[in-house]
Amino acid sequence: MSQLLEVSGISVAFDGFKAINNLSFSIGPAELRAIIGPNGAGKTTFMDIVTGKTRPDSGHVTWGERNVSLLRMSESRIAREGIGRKFQRPTVFEDQSVLDNLVMALRNDRGPFSVLRYRRSDGDLGRVRELATEIGLADQLNTRAGILSHGQKQWLEIGMLLAQEPRLLLVDEPAAGMTKAERDRTVDLLRRAAETRAVIVVEHDMDFVRKLGCKVTVLHEGSVLAEGSLDHVTKNQDVIDVYLGR
Amino acid sequence: MIRSSFAPGVAPVLGAPKAHRSFVMRNPSVLIFLGILALFTLAVTLGAEATGTGALSTSFVKTLGMTLCLCLVAIAMDLVWGYCGILSLGHFAFFGLGGYMIGMWLMWERTEGIVLSATAAQALPPTPDELRAAVGQQIFGVVGGSEIPAIWAFASSLPAQLALVVLVPGLLALVFGWLAFRSRVTGVYLSILTQAMTLALALYLFQNESGLRGNNGLSGLQNIPGMTHLPQSEVSIRFFWASAAALAIGYVLAAWVVAGKFGSVIRGIRDDEARVRFLGYNVEGYKLVIFTLTAIIAAIAGALYYPQAGIISPAEIAPIASIYLAVWVAIGGRGRLYGAVIGAAFVSLVSSWFTGGQAPDIDLGFYVIRWTDWWLVLLGFSFILVTLFAPKGIGGLVDVIRHKVVPDRHGADLGPDKGSFREAEQQ
Repeated sequence: MSQLLEVSGISVAFDGFKAINNLSFSIGPAELRAIIGPNGAGKTTFMDIVTGKTRPDSGHVTWGERNVSLLRMSESRIAREGIGRKFQRPTVFEDQSVLDNLVMALRNDRGPFSVLRYRRSDGDLGRVRELATEIGLADQLNTRAGILSHGQKQWLEIGMLLAQEPRLLLVDEPAAGMTKAERDRTVDLLRRAAETRAVIVVEHDMDFVRKLGCKVTVLHEGSVLAEGSLDHVTKNQDVIDVYLGR
Repeated sequence: MIRSSFAPGVAPVLGAPKAHRSFVMRNPSVLIFLGILALFTLAVTLGAEATGTGALSTSFVKTLGMTLCLCLVAIAMDLVWGYCGILSLGHFAFFGLGGYMIGMWLMWERTEGIVLSATAAQALPPTPDELRAAVGQQIFGVVGGSEIPAIWAFASSLPAQLALVVLVPGLLALVFGWLAFRSRVTGVYLSILTQAMTLALALYLFQNESGLRGNNGLSGLQNIPGMTHLPQSEVSIRFFWASAAALAIGYVLAAWVVAGKFGSVIRGIRDDEARVRFLGYNVEGYKLVIFTLTAIIAAIAGALYYPQAGIISPAEIAPIASIYLAVWVAIGGRGRLYGAVIGAAFVSLVSSWFTGGQAPDIDLGFYVIRWTDWWLVLLGFSFILVTLFAPKGIGGLVDVIRHKVVPDRHGADLGPDKGSFREAEQQ
């Protein structure tokens, strides 16, 4: 099966410290994957490289059917190619309404001049309502995002990612600070999203990863330590030594 | 999925967003502003010497007209700083450049007229070359030369100089902005950079070699060629009307820009630039558009201001002027357009009251506070107080009046702790 994203042999060092060391990774077009690893394993740096925030010292990152390289693209260009990212802390635009947040994220022309002329179409509004229902914020379209609860902000951000219609979703610790019920809904949402696109979830919470029920990649010191089902990797002696055993 | 959101009880009843609502309906403050501006214009017209009772002196009408221009440049500042988060300390340079561009035509055309009338008695009218030489001598004699600098090539053409009002500041902003934004210079570093640009421009204009008469600047700008038969009282009210019209157009344009999705994006850039970038927006492009647009608005305001002021000199472009601009917007309330207008009008009028010697001195017995000296101290204190205790500025009073209670956590979220707290409650 052809892969959507292929990362091969990337390395990056910050002041001599090898944050990522000859890491290779790939994911298919409709796949859910969890990345786990102890602090400093390079999870966030890995996401930074895929989204163009950090340039690797060596290696390749290729994308899509035509295997284009992502390494020369700006962050915004990569986002337009169809890679969406959710940060650890919920980052929504607190000063603006849920509606404005979602409209901004909708997949539309992003040039300054076409945005200047943009008018909300019924189609766009319908899509926003649909998304808002999916993330449980249909009644709060006119609410300022800043007064939503922590969990609602997390969902709003996920909703904004879905609005972008990305082909790959990078999600950093979605369950942090969520209640149990909220967490279950998030699992649902992510699994549903992964039916039509690739989703990479970085998570500390083992319970959450178990619920996702997907293939797991364990990172350690900047490279892949083990890969497979959660049961498989938790039985791996290396993984037990560096991560679970502690 | 769509159906469910319209199901009874689920549908957002209160203020459901509609796709098509007119721009004015969504922004009632625009109508209110235009109404107040129209009333003000009418009142001044009725009080002016040329068109009304004469209760308002010509110089006061000019002051009011100039204040409207300052309000317009404050709107530009609010767009770039209050909405997009770029604290530019260089927008008064664009304002001054606009003034210089129109000033060149005013001065050239008027001097040519004077030379022509002076030589009218001669048997032979002057040849074009003689005329040029005489005009050059008149304008540049003060800096010890009569050669006409190349930058005055279009000075005899009003359309050309009007185009330059927009083009020169616009291109400067475009090039400067492109260099600064693509290097991802942000925050205080960008402010310093814009300040350096302003200072460099002012220092350059101070030189006699700049071709713009050095520290003499351009003068006699209140004498408008083609209106010389009119008294200044008439000229002043016409410029007042023009300034009011420019302010109205500028306000509506700015309100339109910030009301839609573009406004959403630039406020997003102000609050979290990286997030906007990961949404797929080219942040640098947006900054460049807003920076250049506001530079052009500032330049147009300047081009209307200086014919009323009568003189422009490099001192006007000095960095302090751009800092004042930021102070006006901060005191008026940034991030809301009427706040910028209130700030500019209020502070500049109060400022001219204090520095004009009209404010009574305060005798403390051991020391006399003369407001001409102490006004800046007072302004500085007000700025600090507003920044610390009323970050919304004077415009924030509108929220108080409307009882618009907005929980303000200063951007802080409830945080993971609150979440787990609720989780504990749930179990």
